[in-house]
Amino acid sequence: MSRLLARFDLARPEFRLQAQLDLPAQGVTAVFGRSGSGKTTLLRCLAGLERSPAGFMSMGGTVWQDEEQGAFIPVYRRALGMVFQEPHLFSHLSVHANLHYGLKRTPQHERYISTEQVIDILGISHLMDRRPHQLSLGEQQRIAIGRALLASPRLLLMDEPLASLDRPRKQEILPFIQRLCVELKIPVVYVSHSIQEILQLADTLVLMNEGASIAAGPIQEIFSRLDLPHYLGDMAGSVVDTRVAGHEPEYGLTRLEFHGSQLYVPLQPLNIGQPLRVHILARNVSLAAAPLSEPISVLNVIEARVTEIGSALEDRHSVDIRLDAGCPLLASITRKSLAMLGLVPGQRVYAYIKAVSLSQEWG
Amino acid sequence: MLPEFDFGPLWLSLRLAAVTTLLLLVVASPVAWWLARTRSPMRAAVEAVVAMPLVLPPTVLGFYLLLLLGPQGPLGALTGSTLTFTFSGLVIASILYSLPFVVQPLHNAFEAIGRKPLETAWCLRASPLDAFLTVAIPQAARGYLTAAVLGFTHTLGEFGVVLMVGGNIPGQTRVISIAIYDQVETLDYTSAHLMSGLLLGFSFVVLLAVYILNRRSPAHRS
Repeated sequence: MSRLLARFDLARPEFRLQAQLDLPAQGVTAVFGRSGSGKTTLLRCLAGLERSPAGFMSMGGTVWQDEEQGAFIPVYRRALGMVFQEPHLFSHLSVHANLHYGLKRTPQHERYISTEQVIDILGISHLMDRRPHQLSLGEQQRIAIGRALLASPRLLLMDEPLASLDRPRKQEILPFIQRLCVELKIPVVYVSHSIQEILQLADTLVLMNEGASIAAGPIQEIFSRLDLPHYLGDMAGSVVDTRVAGHEPEYGLTRLEFHGSQLYVPLQPLNIGQPLRVHILARNVSLAAAPLSEPISVLNVIEARVTEIGSALEDRHSVDIRLDAGCPLLASITRKSLAMLGLVPGQRVYAYIKAVSLSQEWG
Repeated sequence: MLPEFDFGPLWLSLRLAAVTTLLLLVVASPVAWWLARTRSPMRAAVEAVVAMPLVLPPTVLGFYLLLLLGPQGPLGALTGSTLTFTFSGLVIASILYSLPFVVQPLHNAFEAIGRKPLETAWCLRASPLDAFLTVAIPQAARGYLTAAVLGFTHTLGEFGVVLMVGGNIPGQTRVISIAIYDQVETLDYTSAHLMSGLLLGFSFVVLLAVYILNRRSPAHRS
């Protein structure tokens, strides 16, 4: 499988980027971290807009930077697309001319994305003859994405492309981004500080902290690691990919299935068999050592096994427990509960899930 | 209007201003671009040199140009003849004299564009020169208009430098400002009135047009 390899070390007056990446060159890789953690600088290094001394970067076998060999391909000779936080449409050109700016400069044999495809995916056919200032910010950002795609990039870099938009606009554009990843099969590196966007889009996650890439891997794994919740804040939890197993319209519920377990969520307008990614916050999972004999109001009970117990810090009242429910599941319980239950790795427990967040609701 | 009125100086002035402005836009573009983008310590020095014609008496500028362009001067020696008291000499002098009036509006316009539109263009496979020509210059259109008008009108109005470098040769270096000076000297107030009035009206109309145009195109504010 082709990979994206990169190694950067860039010193700035008040900041140092130290990143080492080995990522699948497919699907969406989200770069997540607090503001000031170096996400944007990392992206600019990947693009070649910043040049890291002793840096290295290769994309699917094509070397774009190898300072040891004195190689650095300037950004305008790289087949990449960049979408910034602001659309930055060229105000002196029409929408049509903006879209074609990169296309005109792309050699015929490198073109693999057609204007028709892009117009169709982004739903922008009615905007073609307008001027940029006549468009809403959301429409402008769609044109900016289309313009980047038409230069037939082998790698699409997106730097918080939705950050300047309000909530409804975000929900309007997210499906377009999902579609282009699936239909055009472009590897995307997506910088964001919004966990919701990441859950909806990403397959792979790179966690940044104070200029360093501290963890990278499949999103489900990263989210359920016990040493990272600190960086995820109160969004720590597990990401579970499920399928729709059935509907119970009389109760307004949809039943999801994953690894032999099932979850009830509010009724979803989805067909049976369709995939749905859910996010189960650690703080919404309670544990019991044995199944309760009396019925309780919590519908979602999953049988699981304790795999790891997080270190119980003296100054915190809670502790994170990692479970195996066919897939990793994270629970956050008090230290007192941990003592009362006497949990040890390998033990069978029952996880009561009080709430499930669906990726589609967010944005 | 007097039948024997001589339009030669007016025509020469317009020709000088047009040639100077065109050349200045070409010369000033890279200078203004460099000033807007560089972090070099030389920047302040270059800015100071460019602004010098604003503060120097035109006679000082003219004096040095006379030495530079004369038969013994480096430029004169290079071309094998004298450039003083010729139209070409006037163009060179005018370029230096009007340089700050063209560089500064362009400098401001380039700075206002910022880095992002250019980085965007580079990421769309445009080389730096390509991005400069197809993004920076069009986005600085208002700056170019202001620069062209200021350069043109300022050249039209110059007197001291022209007198020092060009003298007063009809058809060659006798521009409108010199002709007016001559007419006043010889008490030909009718001609002086006419020429001065023409220049006054022309300058007002052009400047008015620029200010109206600048106000009317908000689309170019990105």
